[in-house]
Formats: sequence, C-alpha cells, structure tokens
Amino acid sequence: MLSTMKKSRRAAPAAGHPTPAAAVEPENAVELRDVSVSYGTTVALSGLSLAVARGETVALLGPSGSGKSTALKAIAGFERPSSGRVLLDGVDVTDASPARRGIGVVVQQYALFPHMRVDANVAYGLKARRMPKAEIAARVKAMLEMVGMEGHAHKLPRQLSGGQQQRVAIARALAIRPQVLLLDEPLSALDASLRAEMLLELQALRAELPDIAMVYVTHDQSEALTLADRIAVMRNARLEEIGTAEQLYSRPAGAFTAKFLGGASLLPAISTTVVPDGGAMGSVLAGAHRMKAVAPFAVNPGGRVLVAVRPHAWKLAAGSPAAAAGWAGDGAGDGYTVNSLPGRVESVQWRGAGHRLQVDLIGLSERVTVDLPAMSAVPAPGDLVVLTVEPQHAVLVPAGEL
Amino acid sequence: MRTAAGPRVTPALVGSAGVGSARVTGAPKAGPASSFPHIPGSWRSWLWLAVPLLFVAVFFAYPLAQIGAQSFQDKYGAGVGLANWQYELSSAAVQKATAATLKIAALSTLGALLLGTFIALALSFVPFRGAGLVTRLIETVVSFPSFLIPLAFSILYGRTGVVNSVLGQLAPGLPALNFVNDVPGVVLAEVAFYTPFVVRPLLAVFSQLPRELLDVAGSLGSGPLAIVRTVILPAGLPALAASAGLTFLLTMNEFGIILFTGAKNVMTLPMLIYTRSIVTFDMPSAAVIACIQVALSLGVYCLYRWTYKKLSGANHAAPR
Repeated sequence: MLSTMKKSRRAAPAAGHPTPAAAVEPENAVELRDVSVSYGTTVALSGLSLAVARGETVALLGPSGSGKSTALKAIAGFERPSSGRVLLDGVDVTDASPARRGIGVVVQQYALFPHMRVDANVAYGLKARRMPKAEIAARVKAMLEMVGMEGHAHKLPRQLSGGQQQRVAIARALAIRPQVLLLDEPLSALDASLRAEMLLELQALRAELPDIAMVYVTHDQSEALTLADRIAVMRNARLEEIGTAEQLYSRPAGAFTAKFLGGASLLPAISTTVVPDGGAMGSVLAGAHRMKAVAPFAVNPGGRVLVAVRPHAWKLAAGSPAAAAGWAGDGAGDGYTVNSLPGRVESVQWRGAGHRLQVDLIGLSERVTVDLPAMSAVPAPGDLVVLTVEPQHAVLVPAGEL
Repeated sequence: MRTAAGPRVTPALVGSAGVGSARVTGAPKAGPASSFPHIPGSWRSWLWLAVPLLFVAVFFAYPLAQIGAQSFQDKYGAGVGLANWQYELSSAAVQKATAATLKIAALSTLGALLLGTFIALALSFVPFRGAGLVTRLIETVVSFPSFLIPLAFSILYGRTGVVNSVLGQLAPGLPALNFVNDVPGVVLAEVAFYTPFVVRPLLAVFSQLPRELLDVAGSLGSGPLAIVRTVILPAGLPALAASAGLTFLLTMNEFGIILFTGAKNVMTLPMLIYTRSIVTFDMPSAAVIACIQVALSLGVYCLYRWTYKKLSGANHAAPR
C-alpha cells in the first residue's frame, strides 16, 4: 500500500513547474514560485521554486542557515516573501495572513499554549473558526485518541513529557483538518530514543493521512530518508537539489548533496573516458589510482570530477596489511586492482552496530570514512589497509564547491 | 580517599558532584574553607546582621513604634487608650479621605494598566522605527520626581495654562478647561507618572514570549486581537497583577502629585496626615491616620502577594 502511494506521489509534477491557478482541482497542494525572503541586506531564501502534491511528503533538508525554515515560514505566512508567489491548492496566498491559509503547523518547541490545558490547546483552532461546541468536543476527543493522548486531556503542557507535548502539538495542528501540514524540526528537541519512537509514529500518522501534503523541515538525514517521498536539499538559502530519497542517496547530482546526505567521501579525480550520457560507467584516475564509478552525467576525458563513496560502501581487502605495504613505498602502486586504494588507519570508533574508521589514503592526501559491519575484523590505528569499493557503489559528481 | 590536605572525602559524592561539593569529614576547623561563618546559628552570622538590623531599628522600627504609641496618647503625652482611634475612625473627614484615597488609587491603577498594556503591546508587537527611543523615554519618566507631572499639567491645562489661553483666543465663548485641580487632574497625573511602572515589566514578559506561540495561534485561525486576548495577555497576567499591585500601593501613598495639583477638595489620607501633623500640629490624630494608612498598605501588599502567587503558580489553568 505504501509503495503504491509512493508511486502515485512520484507522478507529481517536478519542482519548478507551476500548475495553472485556474485549474479546478490543482494537483499541487503547495507551490512556491521563485520565492525569496530577505531581511534587510541578508538573503534568507533565494529564488525557491517547489511544488508539493496532495498526499506527498517533501523534506527540506539542510544545515543551519540554509533557508529551510524560512521556506516553511513563507508557506505558513509567517514571513512575507520579498519576491515570488506562494500558492495553496492553486490559489495565490502570498498576501494572505496565516489565519486565512488553513495550514497546520508543528514547530520545534511545540509552542503549546502554556496556560491552556491539553484539550483547550487542541480546541484552540476550532474555537477560532467558531465551530459549534458539541462538534469541538467530539473533534478534540477524536484527535487526542488519534495521537494516544486522550488520558491527558485535562493536564497542562508543563505536566507532559517532550514526546507527549509533540503529540498534542500534532493533534492541535490536525484538528483544523488542514490540507497542508508543516513540520519544522519537530523531533529535534527530543532525546535519541524518543526521537526514534516519534519517527515511527509520524510514519504511521503519514499513512493515516493520505490526502494531506506535508512539508517537513529537518537537518537530520535519517528523518528525511524515513518520512519523505522527496527530499529538497537546501544550502546557502538556495535549493541545491530535489529528488526522491533513493535518487539523492544513490545518484547525488552534486558534491554537497553527496556529502550532506549520507556523509560520502569525495575523492578528486580526472576522467579518462568518454561517457556520452548519464548512467554509464566511467573510468577516472584518482591520484595514481584507477577507479570506475557510475557517471550520472556526460563526462569527457580530462574532466575534473569527484568520486563519491558512502562510508558503508568501502570494504577492507583481504590480506590488507601485506597488500598495502606494497603500495606504501611510492604511493602510486603498480597497477593493482581497479577501485583499490591503500591507506593508513587514523582512528577507530566503536559505534555499537559496527566500527567507524578514518583512513588517510596514501598518495591522495584525502581522509575517508569507512563503516565496518559488526563482527568484521577491525584494524588498529596506524595499520596499513587497502580499501575497495564496487564500481556500482561509487558515483561521480561534478567537481563543485563543497 | 585522602586529599592532599588530609581530610576524608566521601567517595560517592566525589564521583557525582566533584570535589568541590564533596562532604568532608574530619576536616580541621582552621583553613580558608572553614574560617568564614557558614554554620547556621553561629554568633558570627548575627554579627553580620547586626549593622543592618540596627539601622532598620533606629530609622524605621522605632519611628514606626513611636507613631503607634502616639496614637494612644494625647497632645501632652498622656495615655488615652482607644479614644483617639474611636474618634478618628468615626470622623467623617477620615472616612471621606479613606474613600478618596482608594478611589483615586483604583482609578489611577486602572488607567495606568490600560494605557501601559496598550503601549507595551504596541512597542513589543507592532514594529515601527523609533520604538526603542519611545521605550527609553517612558523609562526616563520613572526617574523624574512625581510632582513634575502636575506642574506640567498646570502649565499646559491649568485655568491660566497654555491650552486655555489658546482656546480663549480661538473660541472666547467656550468654558475654560478646569480639571487639573480636581480628582480628574490628580488621576491623569498619576496615570501619566505610573504608566511606566506597568510598561516596563510587561515589555520584559513580552520579550520572553516565544514568537512561535503567536505564529501557531495565527496559523490556527486567530486574528491579531484574538491572539492578544488568548495568548499574549494570559502570558502577561502575572506581570500585570504585579504592576497593578505596585501601582495601587504607590498611588495610594502618593503625596507629591496631589500637593502640586493644588486640588483643595482632594483630601486623601497622606494629605490628611500632612494637614494634621504640619498644619494643625495634631500629632495624635496624624498618628492614628498614619496607622490606618500603614494598615491599608500592608493589606494591599498581602493581597498583591497572594494574587501574584496564585497567577504565577504551577497549577493554575485557564478556562477551557
């Protein structure tokens, strides 16, 4: 069921393709057209175009100051764009107040009204809409049941844990039956175990609300990968890249996305073959090492590229120390296997489910991160090793600015 | 485990709270850590308290006790029991002065609360150039002596003031403005002087109010007025109560403003005390009225503390 839902969501129009506002049933629940937000001379969001279809979850992922929260505020009406248009269900709401947009919003610190009880918090939006009292009571009850908080209706927010407050905030946002739900780093104030638990609950909630469009702002890639149908990677107030989680993870189009989403190591390299179209295998020279990697874009001989390799894609070659010793002399090697790189282990961290190594590559002046699975042999700091990677697990990205 | 100095340190406490907070047993009494009086009930503690206690006793408690004692004496120092009290409490002048005091204090407090809340809301939530300057100006008013306000009122709005002169030239038939030397003049002057006492704490509270609360309230469908009513003012309620209590206390004891308005028919308790003690030298009578004034002040203070505690307490909940 979930895969069917995702399939239909993928059929949503690509970002930056506006839907005519005159359409009776516009496909996009949210649409940003070249939206910029400035505070004086500071540009907080620059020319963002983005469309979110009904039933789709789009995560805005990026580091602090990348403009993701500003984008969400522009959608909610909390910030007035300095240029561009915001459309909800095809209707231009750029100049409309937040109260007139009918959007549910959940923020990082929950923003529950501290002087109101849980039930009054959930009823707040319904009272503002002048709903009859009997209907309010029924809706509040239903919402609290949905998030499993019916037993806490008469408590004050300060009497609840962080996770419980988050549930109430979600119930309050959904009580007004919005067509769009905006979540601004909703799990970042929770501890690790509670965050994992809430992530599962949000996933279940998403399945219960197939018609609501969700925009989820986060700097945590695991949340984005878990919840989002598409991920918009933001950087320096701009949209860097947008695509499905799988696309961005397996075939990132830029060095920043490769690094930010999945923490790929990026090795500078020079192409040695012609790859006319994206998707074929390309050959490159990384320092003195020959490597093969998927080239999602056209590459010409001599072109500068980066080879992106995820930490878990690296493998330690059998008999590593002896093999690496052969490389260590001049750092160039003598024609060893393609995609085999010698290095010296700089540090080893035990991470419970496995070990994380930092390895300084010999002859490349690059340090890569290697995740070893549990139960595998672990070298010690200072050991010489040979790292290998399957060509299909290495991907070329344009040599851009990181 | 032993430290370098030799005292025994409870190991469990070292691990959790660090050496600085460890319980030390068997430590010598001498040394930098034990030379200062930390032991409750020590005579050294009382020595430190002696100077301020002596000051309070000489300059506050004793004069107050003297006033209390004088209220039971006649002009010549002879004891008269409760006669002075019976006379003053049944006196129409004292009753009228008490009513006028409470009425002016209540009206002034209400005015300061309304004006102060409006100003604080505007300064906090309606961004405009010069908001900072306005805030500083309002704060400056607190540093002025209170009598400057009625003085300025007299110059501007008095019977021979600027406004009446202009009005007299523009419209000779119009009756002259004549409110400065009466209750409205006193109330307006007190409102003008005490409004900053409401603005300042509210500004502090409003600046701490998370912006997200207002944003979320807006997204849920509330307009600006509804947000003020349902989110902002409830958050400012403890500060409002504190401001109201303080303003009521100060206006109840206000003397300079009333004196400088020259309002002869505005007789409050402080004015009555002044008249009896300085003008007619009736010290026993002034002492009784002063005691009444002190009792009123303490009553209002207790009420204010109770209200403040109730509003800012952990268990209050707004209506559903």
